[in-house]
Amino acid sequence: MSSTTNYILGVFDDEDEVLHAVSEVKSKGIKIDEVYTPFPIHGLDTAIGHERTRLPIAAFMFGTLGMICALSLISYTMVFDWPMIIGGKDFFALPNWIPVTFEGTVLFTAFGLVITFCISNNLFPGNNVEPLDLRITDDKFVMAINLDKNKLGQDEITKALKSSGAIEVNVK
Amino acid sequence: MAGHSHFSPANVEEHFEFTSEGKRRVIIAFIVGLVATIIGIYLLSKGESGGHEIAAAGHEAAGAGHEAAQAHVSGGAVSHQAGAEEHYDWTNRIWANVWLNAVFFTGIAVVGMFFVSLQYLTKSGWSSVMKRVPEAFPKFLFVSIPILALVFFFKGDVIFHWMHHGVTEVGNANYDKIIAGKSGYLNKNFFLIRLLGFGAIWIILWNMLRKKSLEEDLIGGTDLFTQKVKIGTAFIVVFGASSSIFAWDWVMSIDTHWFSTMFGWYMFASWHVTTYAVIVLAILYLKDKGLMAYVNENHLHDLGKFMFAFSIFWSYVWFEQFLLIYYANLPEESIYFLERWEGHDKIYKASEVLMVLLNFLLPFLVLMTRDAKRTRIFLKIAAFLIIAGHYIDFYQMIMPGVLGKHGGYGLVEFGMVTVFASAFIYMISAELTKASLVAKNHPFLPEALHHDI
Repeated sequence: MSSTTNYILGVFDDEDEVLHAVSEVKSKGIKIDEVYTPFPIHGLDTAIGHERTRLPIAAFMFGTLGMICALSLISYTMVFDWPMIIGGKDFFALPNWIPVTFEGTVLFTAFGLVITFCISNNLFPGNNVEPLDLRITDDKFVMAINLDKNKLGQDEITKALKSSGAIEVNVK
Repeated sequence: MAGHSHFSPANVEEHFEFTSEGKRRVIIAFIVGLVATIIGIYLLSKGESGGHEIAAAGHEAAGAGHEAAQAHVSGGAVSHQAGAEEHYDWTNRIWANVWLNAVFFTGIAVVGMFFVSLQYLTKSGWSSVMKRVPEAFPKFLFVSIPILALVFFFKGDVIFHWMHHGVTEVGNANYDKIIAGKSGYLNKNFFLIRLLGFGAIWIILWNMLRKKSLEEDLIGGTDLFTQKVKIGTAFIVVFGASSSIFAWDWVMSIDTHWFSTMFGWYMFASWHVTTYAVIVLAILYLKDKGLMAYVNENHLHDLGKFMFAFSIFWSYVWFEQFLLIYYANLPEESIYFLERWEGHDKIYKASEVLMVLLNFLLPFLVLMTRDAKRTRIFLKIAAFLIIAGHYIDFYQMIMPGVLGKHGGYGLVEFGMVTVFASAFIYMISAELTKASLVAKNHPFLPEALHHDI
């Protein structure tokens, strides 16, 4: 959301209208960057046509890393560095290790995902994100269209937004 | 309704017809199962129980041939099951199978009620399009509870070590101090009172809920909904206690000396996930017939998530029970797994491994992705795996304690489960025809029809 980009913002005041407007605007060949809403709207993601998030792949990799780390830590400490007999079991007693391995997997996945999510969304301490329109945190629905990514000009997009029910159109 | 017509679900009413063709198929399955059972019983009576059938099942061929040879060799580990061994008679396997299937299908039936109650208690909307399916399941309790009571009353001593003659009599040759100490709880009368008492409460509460549910189709309104929330809440309170109690009674007390504090959860988890699999299969069957078109992939996704989550929950409980016993390594506890792993000529080892594969690993892999949970064929595969796996799970809970090394997978097992399954399908189908497949006046139906995840 750097200030150099040219955004056209269509402001709507009804979630049904914005949902219909998305498909209408798209049918005119306009690429929608994002729709900002005060609450989640069912079907909006599919209507905009966002790609599926790749977070699950990251989750799998963080989980695998966590599992490897947990297993290496336990096997290093319990088998190689300082072998101890616990409950009369072998040093390499895999069933005993499953809870810790599981917890390690979950911990790495959770932390890894939160960090990945924040980085990919430019959310980190000290980064002051300015909303495109403050009213998206209240009662307005804002459709953001990036001018640089569209072939159509500002006037045509403004017209398309107005005709599909936007109560105002701003440029930012 | 007219005021907001585009939400009106009045047009979604539809009826399932249990055609004569469908009836014929189920009855043929029943007869095939019955014939298989009878042939199996005949073979058992001829003493050909072990060899053939276990070999036919394919998993335990190795252990099978040695059964006769090792009849008198039982490891020290399994010696406390000597009671069961001494009383062994070939008919025991029949009663053990009746008991196994009755417990298994009682679970599926009653968890249908539990699911509906839970949806009412949590005031869930998404499930209102498909709740008529699980709502029909408890009909089978009318069959399975009497079967359990009759088998227990007449043949309980076959199944339960604590019912053997003289185990609680001081001075008797069979006297067993530990069992005598448990006899305040484990005695014939109290057991029957629990079985029939809770069974009756289950049936009564289901009847009340079902009646109100059908009434709602006619008159609508939210009063009936609030009443059903109350019935559902009452049922969950009862079921919370009774599911654990029946897990101890019906299954855990077979291995009378052994106990596990996780057993109630363990058996409930097994029942629960099986029921989700049955619900999914029933809905997919109805959808394949062109019914329930309004149950879309979003609802299936939710059911798939339930199957996925609860097969992991079952694995968690099963593993925790194992881990605590493994870690503590107390002989009186580890005997349970020893019997299923190395005891009884190792005949239960293969199905123990198979069970964990079917109940944990395969559903986990099959249902992992979002797309799999929204695709019918993957849901079907997972549901079949889960149902088969949990049948084996119950087999593993019951058979080693009741039959010891005389157990096996044979015609009796396959026949009996076919008989019970076809009876279950027949009764549930007949019950489904009695009402519209969608609860058309359910207050949350519009929410469910617009369900989107």
